[in-house]
Amino acid sequence: MALIEFSDKGLYCPIGNFFIDPWKPVDNAVITHAHSDHARWGSKNYLCHTQTKPLLQLRLGNNNYQTVDWNESVYINQVKVSLHPAGHIIGSSQIRVEYNGEVWVVSGDYKLENDGISGEFEPVKCHTFITESTFGLPIYKWKPQQEIFQQIQQWILNNQSQNKCSVLIAYSLGKAQRVLQAVTKVTDNIWVHGAIYNTYETLINAGWQLPLLKRVTPETTKEALHNAVVIAPPSADGTPWMKKFYTYSVGVCSGWMQVRGNARRRNVDAGFVLSDHADWNGLLQAVKATEANKVFVTHGFQSAFARHLNEHGIEAAEVKTAFGDEEDVQENNSGSTNE
Amino acid sequence: MKAFANLINQLNSSTKTSDKLKALSDYFAVATDKDKVWVIALFSGRRPKRAVTATQLKTWCMESINMQPWLFEECYNTVGDLAETIALLLSNQHNSSQNFPLHHYIETLISIEKESEAVKKNYILQSWQQLTQDEIFVFNKLITGGFRIGVSQKLMVNALAKTTQLSSSVITHRISGQWNAANTSFHHLLSEEANSIDASKPYPFYLAYALDGALKDLGNENEWQAEWKWDGIRGQIIKRSNELFVWSRGEELMTDKFPEYQIFSNLLHNGTVLDGEIICLQLNTGNTFKPLPFALLQTRIGRKNISKKELSNSPVGFIAYDVLEYDGEDIRNKPLTERRYLLEQIIQAVHHPSLQLSPLIHFNNWHELAQQQQNARAFDAEGIMLKRKNSVYQVGRKTGDWWKWKVAPLTIDAVMIYAQKGHGRRSNLYTDYTFAVKDGDKLVPFTKAYSGLTDKEFAQVDAFVKKNALEKFGPVRTVKPELVFEIAFEGIAASNRHKSGVALRFPRILRWRQDKKADEINTLEDLKQLLEQYGK
Repeated sequence: MALIEFSDKGLYCPIGNFFIDPWKPVDNAVITHAHSDHARWGSKNYLCHTQTKPLLQLRLGNNNYQTVDWNESVYINQVKVSLHPAGHIIGSSQIRVEYNGEVWVVSGDYKLENDGISGEFEPVKCHTFITESTFGLPIYKWKPQQEIFQQIQQWILNNQSQNKCSVLIAYSLGKAQRVLQAVTKVTDNIWVHGAIYNTYETLINAGWQLPLLKRVTPETTKEALHNAVVIAPPSADGTPWMKKFYTYSVGVCSGWMQVRGNARRRNVDAGFVLSDHADWNGLLQAVKATEANKVFVTHGFQSAFARHLNEHGIEAAEVKTAFGDEEDVQENNSGSTNE
Repeated sequence: MKAFANLINQLNSSTKTSDKLKALSDYFAVATDKDKVWVIALFSGRRPKRAVTATQLKTWCMESINMQPWLFEECYNTVGDLAETIALLLSNQHNSSQNFPLHHYIETLISIEKESEAVKKNYILQSWQQLTQDEIFVFNKLITGGFRIGVSQKLMVNALAKTTQLSSSVITHRISGQWNAANTSFHHLLSEEANSIDASKPYPFYLAYALDGALKDLGNENEWQAEWKWDGIRGQIIKRSNELFVWSRGEELMTDKFPEYQIFSNLLHNGTVLDGEIICLQLNTGNTFKPLPFALLQTRIGRKNISKKELSNSPVGFIAYDVLEYDGEDIRNKPLTERRYLLEQIIQAVHHPSLQLSPLIHFNNWHELAQQQQNARAFDAEGIMLKRKNSVYQVGRKTGDWWKWKVAPLTIDAVMIYAQKGHGRRSNLYTDYTFAVKDGDKLVPFTKAYSGLTDKEFAQVDAFVKKNALEKFGPVRTVKPELVFEIAFEGIAASNRHKSGVALRFPRILRWRQDKKADEINTLEDLKQLLEQYGK
């Protein structure tokens, strides 16, 4: 029996009788992070990182949550489980599973660069590594965050000089908090969409130190938004909600902006190549650091990345999962998310 | 090169015409004359001949980064653009480059065209090493062409008009026709006095918008002239200095493609320019003609040399509907009625079956005309052209005086069976589909279509394809035959190059039939009936 199996409800550990990021309701769910394609509603018991719990409460309501810190071990039916920073968003974790000396690691979503808020990715040695591959093609290579932050700041200053409002499109959990670090350096007139404000309040209540943000409401006047920065989720892009900010320029923060055609399709004025996922080199580096002798590749360019690993002496296979890229999910179902 | 890469980035990142116009006119205001001429040439489709092939670029890129061909193809299919794929894969991240001006790169590329492969490779690799990522992209584009940045010739002309003292229509005319950027100075091209127009130069075409309102909104029917809208290629026949030139609407010189027209060189007077339709004609007794399907013309325009067989199978004629130059004088500002009168004189004098006059449609009121329009297919026309009798011949697409009014398209319900990723703004999205009709329990592919869905629908179909794809690699995915679409097209012709035996004219997706199941689609028999009815 494999330590982790790929079932129709998600990644399953039969010995421990728990699932990791199940996409259907189960008894025991271990959650890598609070994005909606990984943390789903309806399970009886949830195990997650301490920082993830308030976010799950916000998104899934009150449930039976058990929390652990990074590198703290718990046993589930004799299977040793521990969480390790994945660097993707606040609280995001890799799940290490050990039984009888055999170690598997489920990466969840991750990135290698330390973004200042999500914790620094920790390579964990294992026999079998289950990795994501959202940006698993060599065309995806990220520049350092600092460089992208400078682009964003330059863009905001440029908009201000033309009396334009700067609307930054960023996913409400993760990217929005990340870009705040860049935005606060050039302005303190920062407004956010309701979905981002909810996350913000939750994080403030959980003790996070975040700059002062203002929520855009129907009462917000046009004058107040003059030359401001507005942060909004992808689902708000192109909706009548944006009219209030006129004249404005739209900047999208996403790894998909790497390819010109994507930026054109999104009809954006500026695309910032900023992703919370590992780029091609990051994925390769992470896989090598685990020293795993078997790699399973999930959501993204799994066929290409698995084939490349096999050609380079690392045994790899692809696995179909129901995880998507949350940015994709947003883009395709804009308006239908519950935010 | 830095300035040009910047310009391309600005044009690429904005979606507003006003921003693009500003970026272009800012560039024209500061660029050197030599660079300006090349930018005009590039944006008006006058890119120099390819010095290096796409395959060579691909191979050299893979070699220099030691990449497997399959992985390169995966990247290319995702990016949807070769120049960009290479720029993304070459990983030099330096931000400054050794910087030559734009014309230096273009002229070097021209100069190595006849050199050995080793010389070419050396130059390309060296340039890649010296340039930044954005510059590699535009450098590659100089070779592969097609910037896809939404700059129409019209937009460029408007930007030029802002930086010179010339009007848009004069500029459009000046930069039309045959000229080579390598030996044309900016002064010669666009100075106020320069005016030695070469004999081959065509006039910019006046293009009609599709009629969107009601006929009665056009006012009094007596003020309008109606003609059939033919399904050929819009063209200009020019006779000047004892030479004949034939231009297509795409500003391509096509004189050699149509030997049938050579006779006009003797029959037309010098200083004559005719506007009309290049189209295959079956000539009947009594100087009447029947237009033949576009598919026949298509078999000829792709060929370098035209065989005797093709000449007799698909004889090309010209249906003239306007005269722009008469006796060496530009008469575009005379009213249509006067130009029409002169045109009739010319056609009569030439008196040759290959040069036909576009017949007028007689109608007493709008209601009568509407009935005629419904009947257009019976006359082998794709609709009606409406032109205001006192209209002058304008430049480009202008609203108000000329309208095209096409008949409703033919339609067929079909199921999607293959999908392929698109290019440009559709990169990494499955947007190019192949459709099939039923033949018993088999599915027979009969057309591809690339347009007609909204971005949202494309995203939904894309998600379906990604979930239901059978192969893992390469650009084409076979998908479960489940999604039904109504396909619209302008015409149908027999074809032995297609499995289905038919070729469609301008197929596109009319709507997604989410109300229909795959077993409710049309059959091959239905297609054959349409062929029988409209394809002869």
